[in-house]
Amino acid sequence: MAAAGYAANPALSAAVTRPEPYVEAPIRAFAIATVFWGVVGFLVGVVIASQLAWPLLNLDLEWTTFGRLRPVHTSAVIFAFGGNALICTSLYVVQRTCRARLFGGEPMGWFLFWGYQFFIVAAALGYVFGVTQGKEYAEPEWFVDLWLTVVWVHYLVAFGGTILRREEPHIYVANWFYLAFIITVAMLHIVNNLALPITLGHGKSYGLAAGVQDAMIQWWYGHNAVGFFLTAGFLGMMYYFIPKQAERPVYSYRLSIVHFWSLIFLYIWAGPHHLHYTALPDWAQTLGMVFSVMLWMPSWGGMINGLMTLSGAWDKLRTDPGLRFSVTAVGFYGMSTFEGPVMSIKAVNALSHYTDWTIGHVHSGAMGWVGFITFGALYWLYPKLWGKRALYSQKLVSWHFWIATLGIVLYITAMWVSGILQGLMWRAYDELGFLQYAFIESVAAMHPYYVIRMMGGVLYLSGALIMVFNLWKTVTSDELADEVPAPVPAGIAAPVPAPAE
Amino acid sequence: MDLVALQPLFSTLWVVWFFVLFIGILIRVLAPARKREFEQAGDIPFREDVSDRRH
Repeated sequence: MAAAGYAANPALSAAVTRPEPYVEAPIRAFAIATVFWGVVGFLVGVVIASQLAWPLLNLDLEWTTFGRLRPVHTSAVIFAFGGNALICTSLYVVQRTCRARLFGGEPMGWFLFWGYQFFIVAAALGYVFGVTQGKEYAEPEWFVDLWLTVVWVHYLVAFGGTILRREEPHIYVANWFYLAFIITVAMLHIVNNLALPITLGHGKSYGLAAGVQDAMIQWWYGHNAVGFFLTAGFLGMMYYFIPKQAERPVYSYRLSIVHFWSLIFLYIWAGPHHLHYTALPDWAQTLGMVFSVMLWMPSWGGMINGLMTLSGAWDKLRTDPGLRFSVTAVGFYGMSTFEGPVMSIKAVNALSHYTDWTIGHVHSGAMGWVGFITFGALYWLYPKLWGKRALYSQKLVSWHFWIATLGIVLYITAMWVSGILQGLMWRAYDELGFLQYAFIESVAAMHPYYVIRMMGGVLYLSGALIMVFNLWKTVTSDELADEVPAPVPAGIAAPVPAPAE
Repeated sequence: MDLVALQPLFSTLWVVWFFVLFIGILIRVLAPARKREFEQAGDIPFREDVSDRRH
């Protein structure tokens, strides 16, 4: 159906020569940082998973305890790996789909790059040295928050400015998702981090809100970090890179717009499902649950749109392991957005909350969806950014795919079993009405599953190391070099290929 | 009647407004007259630049 749109548009194919090329060097730096922080984040994940299985590995040092390393892991994978991937791809995609050079040019790109890396390092050092405000996924103290705000506003100006100077009349849907991610994260970050430092020279601050209001703001932030950072941003990636890899337009462009607006309307209300059976008013809990269940529709609409883009091109999955990553990612997106609404139902949440089931759910989304869609995009981008004909080895991509998939399966199945086991042990009563198990018994019962989870993490990390080797060889290989890459003038439109059928 | 008393009414109207807005988006996007226009928008990633054509 969408093939009809392949017809060449003479108005758009008229080449307009521009003196300035697209900005690429900072995007290459972001691509390298994505891989680097990915490996760091996965490695710390394996370390803390091992600590849970063998507590001796906490080393009895305050800097290496689970409590301090856990935010290093979560921030490294979400904000360092995921954040660099999002900035990298969004700056690449917005220039090409708008046919305009990045607003602010190279200096803007480099400021964003170094500014964002400085934020990551400052935040991580704070966690290790115990300087945090203790809010999950928003641990950095006020001075790091302020710096991130400065960088983020520049990011918004660069991205929005590029859209404003576009040659393409229509704003492609991937840019809508990226823009929603940038704007919403700015809003969430500022509101959730409103705090007063003890003095301007002191690292410690106190949040403006307190009690259940603070909890609600925190999980309004927390869930929308999932919704807009880990979902909307990566959907922007999906809507550009899957069509490029499959060499066909998205299955239904109109469905992508409905997907966008329904996701935006619904996601922002789902946060209260993190506070079931707490001091939060019951109506707010039910509201969070209902909106979470409604999210099924846009999520699955988007999943179907991504998967159906391959209709007629499924054979590419056999020959292009990079595309296999992207498509499997969409499968995991569908799976975790099915599981999430189920877990938000209060009766289910009574069993699942505070157990490892939640950890398994998060990791099927993070490793399966976020990780795989990023790997797919990286395998496509690296040869393009470094002017190579192809990747060093497709076989190694395939190895990465299967090792990482096995790792995810081990991880999430172990957490499902241990989570449900935990939940059932905590609520079991004997015939006299006493709790059947002491808490420590439930901890001891987790041990084998924690070992399996750690092994899953090792596999996922091993796959990422294979990727590092493959990408390194791709970049450094002279044999793969394309003809000398000439600077690409921004705004040149090539004729659109005619339909094959 | 002050603003506080009117708050429940505005809350309800806000829901209705969002509902109407969303239906409006659906009508606009799914209108058969715009089908071709949107399908062409789906081709934007393929109006590729010179560097991408090297590969």
